[in-house]
Parts: sequence; C-alpha cells; structure tokens
Amino acid sequence: MTMKTEFNRTEENLFYVLLGIGGLVTAVGLGAALYMEHMGHVVTGMNNQIVWGLPHVFAIFLIVAASGVLNVASIGSVFGKAPYKPRAALSGLLCIAMLAGGLAVIMLDLGRADRLVVAMTHFNPTSVFGWNVILYPGMFGIVAVYIWTLMEKRMYPYSKPVAVTAFIWRLLLTTGTGSIFGFLVARQAYQSAILAPMFIIMSFAWGLAVFMLVQKAMFAWNDMELHPAIRSRMKNLLGVFVAAVFYFVAVYHLTNIYFAKEVAFERFILVDGGIYPTLFWGGWLFLGTILPLAILYLPGISAMRGSVMAASLLVILGAFCQLYVFIIGGEAFPLEIFPGMTASSSFFDGQIDTYAPSLPEFLLGVSGIGIAFTMTVVGVRVLGFLPQDNIAKLEAAGSLTD
Amino acid sequence: MSDSKNTRRGFLAASATMAAGLGFVAVAPGIRLIEAAAAEGKTASGKVRLGLLIDTNRCAPSCNACVGACATENGIVEDVANPRQRAQWIRKIDLVENKTGRAHSLPMMCQHCANPPCVDVCPTGASFKRVDGIVLVDRHICIGCRYCMMACPYKARSFVHQPLTTQNPEVPRGLGCVEACTFCVQRVDRGLKPACVEACTSGAMTFGDLNDPDSDISKRLREASSTQVRADLKLDTGVRYQGI
Repeated sequence: MTMKTEFNRTEENLFYVLLGIGGLVTAVGLGAALYMEHMGHVVTGMNNQIVWGLPHVFAIFLIVAASGVLNVASIGSVFGKAPYKPRAALSGLLCIAMLAGGLAVIMLDLGRADRLVVAMTHFNPTSVFGWNVILYPGMFGIVAVYIWTLMEKRMYPYSKPVAVTAFIWRLLLTTGTGSIFGFLVARQAYQSAILAPMFIIMSFAWGLAVFMLVQKAMFAWNDMELHPAIRSRMKNLLGVFVAAVFYFVAVYHLTNIYFAKEVAFERFILVDGGIYPTLFWGGWLFLGTILPLAILYLPGISAMRGSVMAASLLVILGAFCQLYVFIIGGEAFPLEIFPGMTASSSFFDGQIDTYAPSLPEFLLGVSGIGIAFTMTVVGVRVLGFLPQDNIAKLEAAGSLTD
Repeated sequence: MSDSKNTRRGFLAASATMAAGLGFVAVAPGIRLIEAAAAEGKTASGKVRLGLLIDTNRCAPSCNACVGACATENGIVEDVANPRQRAQWIRKIDLVENKTGRAHSLPMMCQHCANPPCVDVCPTGASFKRVDGIVLVDRHICIGCRYCMMACPYKARSFVHQPLTTQNPEVPRGLGCVEACTFCVQRVDRGLKPACVEACTSGAMTFGDLNDPDSDISKRLREASSTQVRADLKLDTGVRYQGI
C-alpha cells in the first residue's frame, strides 16, 4: 500500500466542514462557559449537594478515555504487537486531543476559572487534584515527545523508552482520576480502593472504543478497508475490556451490598433511585455491556459490516450512563451524618437530591468533545496519522495472528 | 539585526518589570489586610485548640437564633431562587431516632476537624487550618473546584452560586468560591465569642479552648459524656455534642 499524500477536492471540502462543525461546537461551549462565569453557577443545575454535575461527566469520560486510547500505542510499542504499531501515532494524537478537551471542561467549570494560574502555582501535596496538576500536563509532554519519536527518523531509537514512560505515566494518571473519588472518606458511593483499578480498566474499554470509531472514520475517508485479521483482534480486545469493566463494577457493588452500612445506598442506585437504576441496568448494563458483547462475539453479528462501530458507540453510550450514575447518583444520595436517625433541615439533610442539568452546562460538556474532535481533525489533516498497515510484512512475520 | 534583538530584549525586560510590579500591587492589599487584622486583635496561638460544645438537650427545635445571628454577623444574605444553591454556614437539623422515635434538634456547622478532609483534598491549599484549630478558606486562592465539598462528611460547606451585592467588610465572600463557618474568626481575634454562641440564650453552646483544663468547655466535657459526629472517621472534631 502506498502512502496517500494528496487530498482531492471532496476531501478538502469535507475537512473544512468537519473543522467548522468542531469549531462551532467548541465556540458554543466556550460561550456557555463565559455565561456561567458571568452569571455564576446559579444558571446550572448544580447545587450545594450535587456539586459536580454534567460537565464533570463529560470531562471525566474524556480524561479517562484519553488515557485508555493510548493503550493502542502501548500494545504496539511496549508489548511489541506489530499490528498495533502503525496505530501508535494516531493513538497518541487522540490521547492529547481528548485530554485537552476534558481538562478544558474541568477548568472552565471552576467557580473561579480565571484563577488557572493559582491552580498551577499553589500546590498541596496531599490533594489528588494537586497530583493531577502535575500528571495531566506531564501526560501532554510525554505523549508529544512520543509522537515525535514515532514521526522523526532520528528519534526512532528513543521510541521504546518514551513509550514505556508514557505507559507508566498513564497508569498513574488514571489511578489519580479514580482516586479523586476513592480518597473521599465520607460519601457512601466512593471511598474505595477498587476505584483506581476500575478506572484504569474503564479507560482501556472507552479508549479503545473511541479509537475504533476514529479509525473507522479515517479509513472510510480514505477509501480504505481495515484488514479482517486486524479488525478481528481489535474487536476481541474491546470485548475483553468491556467484560473486565463488568467484572470490576460487579465486585464494587457486591462488596457494598455485603456491608450493612452501604445497603441503603445500593438500594438507591440499583432499585428505587429513579433515573439512576434505569441508567445503570438499561444504559450501562444492557446497552453499554451486554449488547456490545453480543455484537462483538456472536458469530452471525460480529462479521456484519458496521458491527464493531455499533459496538463501540454502545460502549461509549454505556460509559456516559455509568459515569452519570457514579458521579451524580453518588452525590444525590444524602450523606449519612447521623446513622440510625432520620434527619431533616432547610439544607436538605437526609433527602435525596434532585438534579436537572441546564443547557449551558450541557453545552460546556459537549464542547470538550468539540475540542477533542477539532484537534483530531486538524492533526490527521496536517500530519501522517493515518494507520498504514503493511499486511504482507505482517503475514510474513506471522504477526497478524500471534 | 542586533539592534532589533536589543529592542526585543528591552521590550521583554520592560514587560517583565511591569508584570512584576502589577503582581506586587495585586498582592499588596491582601498582605495589608492580614497585617491590619493581626495588629487589631490577638494573634492565633498554637497552644490553643478552639472548640464548641453543643448540648442538644437545651436546644429547642423551634429556635433559630444561632442561624440568624450567623447570617447577620457574616453578611449571608442571598437572593437565590433555588434553595439548594443558597449558602448555609450553620443550620438546624431535626433528628428522630429510628428505633425509639426520640426527637431532638441541633445546630450543624463546620466541625473544625483536627484532621480536616477538606484541607487534605484542596488542590491549592486554599482550605487550611489555623494553628488554633479554626478551619478556613483563603478566598484569594480558592479556585472553586468544590472538591472540599465532596470531601466534607458534614455537608458544612457552601458554594457561592450567584454574584453577591451585600457583604460584611470584615467577612469577604465571593462568587465562585467555597465558604463555611469560620467560628466568627473576626470576633474571636478580638477576644469575642462566635455570634451563634452569643445569640444562644438557652446556654446550649459553650465556646472555648479545648487545651485549657480550666476553660468552661473543658470542665463541661469532663463532667458529662459528649459525642463527635461521625467519630468513626477519627477526624477529631472541634465541635462536640451532648445529648445525641
């Protein structure tokens, strides 16, 4: 296969259309952030009990998936699986793009977004957020260098050590993201060491799902077909990751159900909590787990055209449902300040909180995807991120099926 | 070429000097405020551990005097339509024991923990504990991330959701920052009691130095058993309760 170097007129127009869509979504979101900054969070559905809302669902999805999408590069560069190597650069680009989108949403949701410099110059070493101030920019730097080692011939020898550094760094990064919740001592939904590894495995599944979608779109754009053997191994890997997320979520909830002090919370999330059980069972478990697994593994369906894309989209949909239940459902359940007593107050103690996201916060969240999308579109247009599979070489080396 | 370089360097140097100057001007008022406050009253001492004892047996469910006094003293007047978005530094909680039906009422506020989770999680160090045990928020460096609100076991912190128009000059508050009970630090530093304690006519609230064995609070804690809310978390709260 020869490297495609020229874009025809249709592709050129398509590029500007995509750029326009991404730019518009981003601009609308930034406008919403400015509105929130000016008016205050009074224009959002967030309050003094549900303090993190829909923007955090989007941001955490993007940040976690950003870490996971780099898995594709790690499998190639760190673990030496040849079919993944041509995908390493695209994997790095997506990592940077999604990280930028997620961080932008988190930063713009701050009550004082104008104090970004304060966040970078005042460091509390006991804060997981504080660690993230180092981990996130560090990730940008390492992945940027990694892409450089992949694209610049003189830097090839450094590719492996940089890839290993990126691999370790992203495990730390997602440990940090999971621990934002894991280190909370008082909220029934969190305070668990399992959240750090659970977030890592979630990142693998979500990141790979995003990668599969982008790869499919890029191949379609360039009239290319993914080789069936590569498609097969990548879809199987996605299935394994989705099943592993199921395992961790099951262990998390079963452990809670075993603890008497957590039973009321689990009952809320899984049975009578309104939208949260609906999103958990219908959204995450059925649409985001069972259905994609069926699509990926049932022989009649998995070979069908578009099946991997459908499964990937469902995994992402399930991820949003899961995060909504985890973050907002976890906050909606009241803090148990006085165990064994029923509490009531003008501050809604003892009450299930209600949350209705407003349009500005939704637009801010979506702008994170807009930023990631725009950066990806520009990246793949100006640099050679398109995976180029040398099938003959892979077959000769027996790497397609190892 | 060298001229243009020199010009550019000169411009950069001038810009840096101006930026540093602006930074000084921006920081200086904050420094002066702190110095002024310290000069007016006592300086916090590490030998002191300020605490509050609340006897719920003396706290009438219908009484809100402490809440009103706090709002007046600290200028907590908000015209926010959604009550869930209003700041509450102190609130009355009505409790009913599930097994016995015994009902009682108590004021709840920042518990001024010795090991405060809010201070642990704050990324910038805006949440901090003073040497005398008062847990505060430095409004100059709070970025409004609300992580402390996620971490607080007592729901003691509030986020300012809407621009504020009326403030007590001694108690600066601000849109987009997190805040909570300060034990009325501005009064304590002048040797006064917190506004809530002064307003409580039933004698349900005793404020003082937990480290001083002769203080009223220490004597009362010796005489009758008391409880720390969520004692299982071992946060060593500065606020103690009797009767729950």
